[in-house]
Amino acid sequence: MLEIKDLTVRYGAVTALHGVSLSVKAGEIVTLLGANGAGKTTTLRAISGLQRAVSGTVSFEGCDITRMPPHEIVRRGLGHVPEGRMIFANLTVVENLLMGAYLLGEAQAAEQRERVFQTFPRLQERQAQVAGTLSGGEQQMLAIGRALMGRPKCLLLDEPSLGIAPLLVRAIFEKIVEINHTQGITILLVEQNANLALAVAHRGCVLETGRVVLSDDSAALRANPQVKSAYLGG
Amino acid sequence: MTEFAQQLLNGLALGSIYALIALGYTMVYGVLRFINFAHSDVLMLGAFAAFYLAAATPHMAAATPLLHAGMVVLGAALICAVLGALIERLAYRPLRDRPRITVLITAIGVSLLIEYTCQHPAVFGAATRSFPQLFPQHNLTLGGLTLSSNDLAVLGITALLLALLWFVVQKTKLGVAMRAVAFNPQAASLMGVDVGRIISVTFALGSALAAVAGIAYALRAPGIEPLMGVQPGIKAFIAAVLGGIGNLPGAVLGGLLLGLIETFAGGLKQLSNYRDAIAFALLIIILILRPAGLLGREQPEKV
Ligand SMILES: Nc1ncnc2c1ncn2[C@@H]1O[C@H](COP(=O)(O)OP(=O)(O)OP(=O)(O)O)[C@@H](O)[C@H]1O
Ligand SMILES: [Mg+2]
Repeated sequence: MLEIKDLTVRYGAVTALHGVSLSVKAGEIVTLLGANGAGKTTTLRAISGLQRAVSGTVSFEGCDITRMPPHEIVRRGLGHVPEGRMIFANLTVVENLLMGAYLLGEAQAAEQRERVFQTFPRLQERQAQVAGTLSGGEQQMLAIGRALMGRPKCLLLDEPSLGIAPLLVRAIFEKIVEINHTQGITILLVEQNANLALAVAHRGCVLETGRVVLSDDSAALRANPQVKSAYLGG
Repeated sequence: MTEFAQQLLNGLALGSIYALIALGYTMVYGVLRFINFAHSDVLMLGAFAAFYLAAATPHMAAATPLLHAGMVVLGAALICAVLGALIERLAYRPLRDRPRITVLITAIGVSLLIEYTCQHPAVFGAATRSFPQLFPQHNLTLGGLTLSSNDLAVLGITALLLALLWFVVQKTKLGVAMRAVAFNPQAASLMGVDVGRIISVTFALGSALAAVAGIAYALRAPGIEPLMGVQPGIKAFIAAVLGGIGNLPGAVLGGLLLGLIETFAGGLKQLSNYRDAIAFALLIIILILRPAGLLGREQPEKV
């Protein structure tokens, strides 16, 4: 469904990705692991068109999207919950969700909103609240809910657990699995919490300073001694 | 007392013109974070567009004056909407990822280009031309108060446009998208918003308001000429900063306030020569007390 080949991205003189290749099949949850600065966020931003690649290709459902502007890529069914959530703090919860459904008709948007409210009842309780005043966890739910509003076929999630209490992290991961199972949405998940990520993902890739160094089933990665010592805390 | 009420009315009429112009500055600042100095020239172009439209339709002016006035105002607004969007496309969009100072200097360049091109004899020429009285002139007297029909028309049209703009920005999907782009263009693009299109629409809307303001200003001025936008442009820019740049209600408040201050200062014999100085001094004081402007505030954002 999502094919990344030999992707190279530079920030000025700094090369953040040195020919990254990875693929995600329809219906899968794939996790992208790596230390701070490994290039996980850069990979996602290059996929969704926020960051131009120097070379390499990204294709989505067999179509080359490497040079497309972000709004065209979204239109094809690729959602992105960016690092730092980037919710619209000046808009209300409902307005944020409306933006998520920007490309849908009014009726479809209303229907989709009901589904998102079912997934995240907290958002319904807070619907008229200005998003900037939500708690961090609620903002994360809003960021995911907003991306779901666009009915994506594939969702890129950048560190959904960042800055959230362990209990809520578990709840959000359950939601991620639920979204994948019941709605059939393919997921590429970037996470620092490798334990949790490998528990929900089918497969995983490990990035190190802009290169994919490992790529395997979750079970195999969990058993891998290198991964154990570097990312699973022993 | 009637003197006071009279000045109040005059001040509001002038202030609402400033408000219409200030909205354009503040809207563009909202999405692109720079001051579009060419905005003051768009208001001049609006006045000239109206001038030529009116001159081209004398029969209609005689037969149905109100319809004619509406047609002229609407036509000028449309022409300026296109021009404003065009200026953005040609001059500012190629500089999208450049430092803001580059864009700011370009804006000054565009402004000078328009002004001096228009002063060329083959275009409008530098001479002042008298502007047609679009609206039928009636001076109503009400308890010693003289209400000029022009002022009333300006106030009415401004109120209508403000209500319309408020509706668009607050209640429509386009408006939500405009606010989303103003807050974070990248995040907006991830929602499927074509940010470039929203920016074009923003320029078009602001420029249409400027055209109406330009016509209203021309109706009060002795005539129109290519540099006529400079004075009201600077005042409206100040009004936008006064109200809190990027904030729409702030632009309206700032515009009305500046119009009132200027009118009241000008009404007092001893002060009339200093009315601009008073307006600017007040601006400085307010900005010292409230650096973000009257209604400007930092939005809290949790990350
Ligand atoms: N805008 C930028 N300008 C310059 N360098 C950048 C920029 N963004 C990222 N980098 C660099 O690119 C490299 C990869 O960054 P990236 O944000 O992709 O890492 P990450 O794996 O997401 O890290 P983290 O886990 O800390 O979020 C880092 O060395 C970073 O310093
Ligand atoms: Mg990151």
